[in-house]
Amino acid sequence: MAGTDSAPRSFQEIILRLQSYWGARGCAVLQPYDMEVGAGTFHPATTLRSLGTRPWAAAYVQPSRRPTDGRYGENPNRLQHYYQYQVLIKPSPPDLQDLYLGSLEAIGIDTSLHDIRFVEDDWESPTLGAWGLGWEVWCDGMEVSQFTYFQQVGGHDCHPVSGELTYGLERLAMYVLGINHVMDMPFNDPAAPIPLTYGDIFRQTEQEYSRWNFDQADTAMLLKHFEDAEAECDRILTAAQPDKAGRTIVMAHPAYDQCIKASHLFNLLDARGVISVTERQAYIGRVRALAKRCADAFVTTEAGGGQAA
Amino acid sequence: MPDLLIELFSEEIPARMQPRAREDLRKLVTDGLVEAGLTYAHAAAFSTPRRLTLAVEGLSAESPTLREERKGPRADAPAAAIEGFLRATGLTRDRLEERADKKGGATLFAVIEKPGRRAPEIVAEVLERVIRSFPWPKSMRWGAGSLRWVRPLHSILCILTTEAGAEVVPLTVDGIAAGNTTRGHRFMAPAAFPVTSFDDYAAKLRAARVILDPAEREAAIWHDATTQAFAQGLEVVEDRGLLAEVAGLVEWPVVLMGPIGEDFLGLPPEVLQTSMKEHQKFFSVKNPRTGRIEKFITVANRETADHGATILQGNGKVLAARLSDARFFWENDLRTVHAIGLKGMAEGLKAVTFHNKLGSQYERIERIAALAAEIAPIVRAEPDEADLAARVAKADLQSAMVGEFPELQGTMGGYYARAAGLPEAVANACKAHYQPLGPSDDVPTEPVSVAVALADKIDTLTGFWAIDEKPTGSKDPFALRRAALGVIRLVLDNGVRLGMLDYMHTHLGTVQKSIASAGARAAGRDTGSVVKTVYQVTRPHPDGRQVDVNATDLLSFFHDRLKVFLKDQGIRHDIIDACLAMPGNDDLTLLVKRAEALSAFLATEDGKSLLRGFKRTNIVSKEQSKDNVEYSFGFDEKFFEYEAETALFAALDAAEARIAPAMTAEDFPAAMAAMAALRAPIDAFFTAVQVNSANEIVRRNRLNLLHRIRAICLQVADLTKVEG
Repeated sequence: MAGTDSAPRSFQEIILRLQSYWGARGCAVLQPYDMEVGAGTFHPATTLRSLGTRPWAAAYVQPSRRPTDGRYGENPNRLQHYYQYQVLIKPSPPDLQDLYLGSLEAIGIDTSLHDIRFVEDDWESPTLGAWGLGWEVWCDGMEVSQFTYFQQVGGHDCHPVSGELTYGLERLAMYVLGINHVMDMPFNDPAAPIPLTYGDIFRQTEQEYSRWNFDQADTAMLLKHFEDAEAECDRILTAAQPDKAGRTIVMAHPAYDQCIKASHLFNLLDARGVISVTERQAYIGRVRALAKRCADAFVTTEAGGGQAA
Repeated sequence: MPDLLIELFSEEIPARMQPRAREDLRKLVTDGLVEAGLTYAHAAAFSTPRRLTLAVEGLSAESPTLREERKGPRADAPAAAIEGFLRATGLTRDRLEERADKKGGATLFAVIEKPGRRAPEIVAEVLERVIRSFPWPKSMRWGAGSLRWVRPLHSILCILTTEAGAEVVPLTVDGIAAGNTTRGHRFMAPAAFPVTSFDDYAAKLRAARVILDPAEREAAIWHDATTQAFAQGLEVVEDRGLLAEVAGLVEWPVVLMGPIGEDFLGLPPEVLQTSMKEHQKFFSVKNPRTGRIEKFITVANRETADHGATILQGNGKVLAARLSDARFFWENDLRTVHAIGLKGMAEGLKAVTFHNKLGSQYERIERIAALAAEIAPIVRAEPDEADLAARVAKADLQSAMVGEFPELQGTMGGYYARAAGLPEAVANACKAHYQPLGPSDDVPTEPVSVAVALADKIDTLTGFWAIDEKPTGSKDPFALRRAALGVIRLVLDNGVRLGMLDYMHTHLGTVQKSIASAGARAAGRDTGSVVKTVYQVTRPHPDGRQVDVNATDLLSFFHDRLKVFLKDQGIRHDIIDACLAMPGNDDLTLLVKRAEALSAFLATEDGKSLLRGFKRTNIVSKEQSKDNVEYSFGFDEKFFEYEAETALFAALDAAEARIAPAMTAEDFPAAMAAMAALRAPIDAFFTAVQVNSANEIVRRNRLNLLHRIRAICLQVADLTKVEG
């Protein structure tokens, strides 16, 4: 198998190997979604494409933001901005576990020397109205991936079921490369003319964003933006009039963008500590309501396997 | 007699679901087979992370032929009636039998013979039904199929083995056709292989690096773990739950022991143990000389060429990262405690809602502190110390460590209290005040712990009673039954003399204030003005006190729990009822003392015959009292006609002289022994004397005498409630 004979030397090499591995197994290698999201699952290539009956196979890197996880670049493992590698195949193929294990080999994990385990871990996203069953995958006691069979997304039963793989890239790469602090991890080849570490690229941004997330973000403005996003999502889903050319196009994706925005704004508000325990549930419920309506809209479209268009 | 072997091979089954699934598979399949008319000798179920297996020995090869006879209409009945019978039986007219009846006519009979069916046919039917309706706690679909299983089901092995060989049971479920093959260990022997019998299956699996029997895996893990620890003079901390879970995570257990970094050995052992268990499913290995946890044991699922070196190194690294977190929390918490004290830490609980109707955790702590100080003298604790203990006992809910490991609540509080230099009794109360956590948990005995534990539970109960969140049926989300049982055990084990009603009544007043403030806050009103308007709905108690209705209701809840508790100790419910009817029944220690004495007394011959005498007295005086005259005005010796009357009178005097001081001293056995002395005189009285005399004065006198017997006996317990 290509690439397994040599150990990867950098963060980017691990990403590239995953890209070529899944690309070679028939996945469309997509690019990250161009919006702030909390996890790779939020990419419409997962959330929306896991709905409906049309087959799908995609793999991509997704930069993800979790404002509350910021540690000013000081914690060896925690970041407010990090990368997830996401694979979604619908319907889930019967050999998905073997395919997954092959991807570990591809990035230099010799499964004959390591202890790989599938440990029960059910996945639920209250903001997406989604859940699935699966495992966290352990390599020598460390969680290296999340493996989920989607059962419901946006309140819709998944038929057929998608298999989703999520790799926490930094943690996985640190393990493979034998690095103890994320900021010390080589991002490109350490033998390159200009070797760059993860810290060279992200230490400063982690500091800046940690400060903004925790202390400076204008909560009144964020709150307003949240409400704007919510209102816009609602408006474009209910816009029934035909456009100038006389077409009535369901705007599931633009509406879903607003849902993603609302979700991220909620995360920012949460990091600023202005949301109480009881309010939290209410906010999550509001985002979920948007996600559900976007899902409702998507399944009526052609891509969603519906009747429209 | 064929043997049946079933294996349902899937992706990894959660460890916690395997024991129940084994039992369900065994029961559902064997019940189905028996229902279909088959018999079997023995059935056993097994599981590994990837398979559920059932082996049934000595299954009958086919079900017996069944003959069913149904009576129909008379042979000369209208055609419509006969046709109806034919439809119902599915037979044609020529297949019906005509039998002569008593009236000289003929009646139609249908004889339906259900031929026996072969075992494979039945097994296929039963197994498909079981697979399709298997009661997994959570199940899922996968791919494009519609079948539900705990995780994707990959193959079904289903064979019947006889001396002639093995036969695959014809069966297809959602596209999965049953066969005679399975697979070995995911990594070490992944190839498929056929099997011919259970023994062949188990042996081939073993060769393919799978130990089928979870009990065998458990035993192997425990054996290897203890042996490795022992070799280094250490011992494994026993944890049966963890052992069962780990055995459910591996098919080929390989036990590896590794060191815990020097940097972390200073952490409290509970922290090491919890972190290792919760996050990594590691066993803790203790040094018996120091009591410290010095090593960890992990159970891998495979052998490797480097004898587990890579695996152990990886696990050690993950553990170090986890323990770095734990140490960070520990050091951070200690800094907080040194800076602002444990009381300061508890201040943070002002922002934590306990229940939206009952206010914050902090308000709750204030209520508990007040009550604990009040209870303190009764349990021989210093009120100030009880107050302090209550105020700091929950402070650790604000600590980083408990935030990460909620199960360390109380335990961490104890460490932090000692670090803050608080008295040992206060530190101990941090953990002990939550106890007893269940029927088998220890009951605190230290006075300060007892005071706070009682106050904590009484506050919980009165609070949820006041907002009408009582347990109903199987629903008890706030674990109020456990809290009530906790109070009962605390009181009884420590011999606490507490008149519960007064304390609950007063405490309900405090609770009502919290409820009013919480309500006012929710409505955005000023809390100060509302608190004054608090009122309690009261009800007169039999002794004349006005008591909060929730307190009386709670008391009967306690009594119900107490009945369950005492029943387990072998005290009959009617004996408890007899004692519950007595005054002072809110003093549980007194109540149980009485019940135990009565139970012991009624187990003796004296007790039994006294009870008979009492019952007779009771019946006679009831029958004779139908004239609605009150027979409690004493009696006069001069109207005695028989020796037995005089003797009984004397015995009553003597008994009363002994009973009164015994009752004052709450010496129920002595009081009952004195009552026992009445048994012979009562028996003699009834033998010699006819109560119903023609002489009205004599009759009345005798009834008054009987009344005195009743009165004396009823002082001890309400014997009318005792059965027998």
